[in-house]
Amino acid sequence: MNKVVQMLLALTGIGIISGGLLAMVDGWADPLIAANKKAETEAAIFRVQPEGKNYEALNNAGFEVYKVKNKNADEIGYALVYEGNGFQGKIRLMCGLSKDLEKILALEVLEQVETPGLGTKVTETPFTNQFKKLETSPNINWVKGIPPSKPNEIQAVTGATISSKSVVAIINNGIKQMKKLRDAGGLK
Amino acid sequence: MKKQVSLSQEYLKGIWENNPILIQLLGLCPTLAVTVSAINGLAMGLAASFVLVMSSLLISSIRKTIPGQVRIASFIVIIATFVTIVDLVMKAKFPDLSKALGPFIPLIVVNCVILGRQEAFASKNNPGRAFLDAIGMGTGFTLALVVLGSIREIIGSRTIFSLQVLPDQFEPWLIMILPAGAFLTLGLLLGLSNMYTDRKKRIEHESIIAHYKRVGREELIEELEVK
Repeated sequence: MNKVVQMLLALTGIGIISGGLLAMVDGWADPLIAANKKAETEAAIFRVQPEGKNYEALNNAGFEVYKVKNKNADEIGYALVYEGNGFQGKIRLMCGLSKDLEKILALEVLEQVETPGLGTKVTETPFTNQFKKLETSPNINWVKGIPPSKPNEIQAVTGATISSKSVVAIINNGIKQMKKLRDAGGLK
Repeated sequence: MKKQVSLSQEYLKGIWENNPILIQLLGLCPTLAVTVSAINGLAMGLAASFVLVMSSLLISSIRKTIPGQVRIASFIVIIATFVTIVDLVMKAKFPDLSKALGPFIPLIVVNCVILGRQEAFASKNNPGRAFLDAIGMGTGFTLALVVLGSIREIIGSRTIFSLQVLPDQFEPWLIMILPAGAFLTLGLLLGLSNMYTDRKKRIEHESIIAHYKRVGREELIEELEVK
């Protein structure tokens, strides 16, 4: 009986002390982590909307999207965060869209778990720069092995076709959602 | 009777002769997974060392109050607490590093180097010795991870600590930063370290035999008796 009490006491004691300690550390770290996350999103927004100076989140969209304004406080477009399946896991990306949703301004891959050295090339500028000024209607298409010939085409990375295709599919889906939202009047 | 080990030996044994990765082969999961670059290896090694040192100190100072039946549970709770602290601090202060190491920081909880040292050493020795042992093991773990990470980074992406060391003409071997490269590098490192140990042992044996041949049987027994 004595042993049981001792065991209970030891575990409870350790648990309480650990819990208290963690609560303290978390109280200190939580605002910093939130600030980091916010700074990261903000930096990404201004990278995909180079002329942006100000942004606000559209909260009723059902997905993450920001309305971006330039220094004269004119609306210049949107920063859309969208995710979908890649080759091995989720790809989460942000793309800057013009105000009429017809052009992509820039693309930034935020999170991915693609194959290092192959699939990860979709995060690098030779691939993402292809999306600058890309037209989004009726759909973005990808070609393989040949240079793109139409204004809505990009060239897939050799050895990472699935990752490239996934990025294109995610953007297409995201833009479809944006257009749906616009037709429903949700972008006002 | 317990063998008396000198304090410096207590520290040094973790670095080479009882290195957690090269000799004990413990904690291989994070070792293989995160060592795609030297900086990742260093960060992982330091994080694990911090947890190891703190838990060793704490566990060895309260080793007499923890009942034997719940010791493993207590160890895990204590280790998990320190790991969570490291995870939160890294997320708050070094977000890039924390992203690169991903889930492997929380997984330090089940790193067998740490639990192994608590069970095998800290729960049986005083805090001073446990501290030295933990620092030694941590140093050994970190060194092995940095070496592994450096080799893979140099061959796999031409850089070390993000500084380019190989010319652009060198085509990086992608396999070195894929999981297979981790196994190849670790295997070769283990082979090398075993080769070195074997040769040292052989030289030692040969010198003993040579000594025996020189001085003859009687004198050798006398010598040993004096010792």
